[in-house]
Amino acid sequence: MNALLRVEDLRLALTDSDGRRHDAVENVSFEIARGDAFGLVGESGCGKSITALSIMGLLRRPLSLAGGRIVLDGEEIQDAPAARWRELRGGKIAMIFQEPMTALNPLSPVGRQIAEMFVLHQGASWNEAMDRAEEALRQVRVPSPERRIRDYPHQLSGGMRQRVMIAIALACSPELLIADEPTTALDVTVQAEIVDLMAELCAAKGTAILMISHDLGLVANMCRRVAVMYAGRIVEAQPSDAIFATPRHPYTQGLVNSLPRLGERAQRGQQRLREIAGVVPSIQAYPAGCRFNPRCASATEICRLEAPEATPLPADGIVRCFHHA
Amino acid sequence: MKLKGGTSLWIGGGLVFIAIAAALAAPLIALTDPVLDANLMNAEIPPGWDFPFGTDAQGRDIYSRIVYGARVSLTVGIASQILNSLIGVTLGLTAGYWGGWWDDLVSGLTNLMLAIPSLVFALAIMAILGPGLVSLVIALGLTSWSYSCRITRAQVLSLKSQGYVQAAQVLGYGDLRIMFTQVLPNILGPLIVIATLGMGGAILAEAALSFLGLGIRPPFPSWGSMLSEARDQIRTVPWLSVFPGLAIFLTVLGLNLLGDGLRDILDPQSTSRRA
Amino acid sequence: MLAVLARRLANVVPTLLAVVALVFLLFSVLPGSFISGMNEDGRSTIDPAVMERMRKEMGLDDPLPQRFAKYVAHTAVGDLGTSFRTREPVTRLIGARIWPSLKLVFAAMTFAIAVGVTLGFLAALKPGSLIDTISMVGAISGLSLSQFWFGLMLMYLFALTLGWLPSFGYGDGGLRYLILPAVALGVGPMALLARTTRAAVLDVLNADFVRTARSKGMSERLVVKWHVLRNALVLVVTIVGLQFGSLMGQAVVVEKLFSWPGVGSLLVDSVFQRDMPAVQGCILMIVLFFLVINTLVDMAYVAIDPRIRYR
Repeated sequence: MNALLRVEDLRLALTDSDGRRHDAVENVSFEIARGDAFGLVGESGCGKSITALSIMGLLRRPLSLAGGRIVLDGEEIQDAPAARWRELRGGKIAMIFQEPMTALNPLSPVGRQIAEMFVLHQGASWNEAMDRAEEALRQVRVPSPERRIRDYPHQLSGGMRQRVMIAIALACSPELLIADEPTTALDVTVQAEIVDLMAELCAAKGTAILMISHDLGLVANMCRRVAVMYAGRIVEAQPSDAIFATPRHPYTQGLVNSLPRLGERAQRGQQRLREIAGVVPSIQAYPAGCRFNPRCASATEICRLEAPEATPLPADGIVRCFHHA
Repeated sequence: MKLKGGTSLWIGGGLVFIAIAAALAAPLIALTDPVLDANLMNAEIPPGWDFPFGTDAQGRDIYSRIVYGARVSLTVGIASQILNSLIGVTLGLTAGYWGGWWDDLVSGLTNLMLAIPSLVFALAIMAILGPGLVSLVIALGLTSWSYSCRITRAQVLSLKSQGYVQAAQVLGYGDLRIMFTQVLPNILGPLIVIATLGMGGAILAEAALSFLGLGIRPPFPSWGSMLSEARDQIRTVPWLSVFPGLAIFLTVLGLNLLGDGLRDILDPQSTSRRA
Repeated sequence: MLAVLARRLANVVPTLLAVVALVFLLFSVLPGSFISGMNEDGRSTIDPAVMERMRKEMGLDDPLPQRFAKYVAHTAVGDLGTSFRTREPVTRLIGARIWPSLKLVFAAMTFAIAVGVTLGFLAALKPGSLIDTISMVGAISGLSLSQFWFGLMLMYLFALTLGWLPSFGYGDGGLRYLILPAVALGVGPMALLARTTRAAVLDVLNADFVRTARSKGMSERLVVKWHVLRNALVLVVTIVGLQFGSLMGQAVVVEKLFSWPGVGSLLVDSVFQRDMPAVQGCILMIVLFFLVINTLVDMAYVAIDPRIRYR
């Protein structure tokens, strides 16, 4: 298949202060087609962010790539030399982060930070690059871009800063945009605008999106396929409407059920929000067998002993559970 | 200093221990009386078997003088830091707790102290009090209380804003009791670190003042005054320049390492790592 | 910008006034600091009548607030009184020594910044490497040694043994005379700057925006040049400002060691000779200088960090 990005059996290790290695993420595989929108969902600490960082080659000590392949447009990049990574980053793959305030250099005007992309990847002169930065700001719908390019990050609102981040990321028309919780730090009203903006721009440029979030609703809305991660493993992957309508893994079911939806619950006679009992385990203390078993209502003996293999589902889905629906 | 594990702690602690031990055991480990045994027949002998660090122009054994000098340095160091902490903590506690004009006064005074270089201020005080051990302790104690004052005050204010103080007041605790039971335990850690590092500074300051002739006056041995003599005798007794300075260096290094090591244990989130 | 500078400099005045008051108080309140001090200095044969006349002359019998007001008034027009020792105006005594002191302090600070910040940077960019270890060992050693002892050692090695540099004095004002004192004075701040710069740069290297910069495909060199440098500088500037204070204090000792004709050595000599007007004048000068430097450092801060500018 001609997938843009193929992640195969990715394994990421964490070396703690005593020198022991733990597998933070293992057995992660997924594919993103050209121009497609793919979502990665999970609670904090499940490993989705570091998976994204590994695709960008931005893992730093104490994290490291311990196994697996990352194939971008047919090219294996996980062991690529530093020079190749520099070409890829910003050029073919770009990333936007969660906290736009701290993600921008406080001492540099935002226009310059966008212009850097053109200077780095397209050999533009600074003057040209600043003009194109102004144009980029216009594309992300920042008002008065000719004045905004000289502003510093602290002079802009959170939503505007995230727009700047998007402008930076899409400046050189990458083929894949990784968005790591881009709206979590923003006001709710702004969130929708940003998501719409991203979707529109990426569709226009043909850029694929890897959307990472803990918000299942947001991801399902925007993405065609969704994968759910728990404690470093993918526990379920399905087309987004299927994952909502028929979640197969108990964890996914818990996530779907915990989404507040107006009216429905009252109709069904339920007043309280449903939660998933327990907490996400830390990397050093992953449970044996299926990692979800301590929190799972359907857990049995085998769940505590063996890690479940991937069971194929219709439409290229998978689920890892001994007791899936 | 970021050394593996507690290495700073051990090396620092070791050096400091040696210094303290030398000071305490001075009469036992010195070879001669540092002041009286000045035999001109033995003048200006380089380091060797009889005199491990050599002798000076007056024929005094340098090694013994160094060992006795440790007493001076450590006494000044410890005593001045105790005075320092007493003043700083008292002012900081009361300023933070009672606020108002007293706080303004104390804060103003603290800022003022920071505008005067500490050695200059110590100099001025020594000028008034005259030379001697007690004057040194007072002068050095009076110059650097601003650090302990600041952190104490900050701690009080932080506890106040967290409601601990109000809660205790509601329970009927007296002011003094609150200050002692609530605030002090929280500042003990950083205070120990400041005091340890401050001791190093005090020893360096004492050496400087004695070097200038304003601290411990000859013939009594102090590492600083020995260096002053060394300067005058540098062509004839060059080894005299080495040992007192080395003693100062190792002791202060020990205190600095110890302080750094303690800081990792007692005050891990300290932003004063910078300074 | 100029308006802000003027305003900040104006703020220096109240602090200076307070310092003057403090010093004045210290020296006046304690008994016998003035006239009897002169007696202790070997001039014990002064006729009590003469002493009385001198007291009247110097207005030492006036009440304290009056004396203070007079002192401030005189100081404001640049009259710092007359030296007990040389009967010269203190202002003239100090005036001749300002330039040597300035030269020394600035040379020392330049040395400290050049070596300290560079070492700190290199150490942070290669943490755990040999240069990191050497720099940090050097730094903590620099903080632990007596600067005048270091000066003494330098003097012995470079001047007396190797004969490359003069061992003391100002000489003709040439660079050769400046080198040893400046290095001896600068080694302390250099050590502190090395430590602080290293910590600041490491902090910045771990910051989110540096991650963003890397995600743009920037080489480490460009990341440092475009993003790390300025941000680390902000923290370094603060320390430089603070260090000037301790530098001025240490300068007193280094000046004495190298017989450097600056304000510091004048201060020490005056203290020995109980020349109170000169002592007060020197302290004033030193504090004034320190406050002005601090103001300038504040300004530098504003120039570097736009967050403060656009408040």
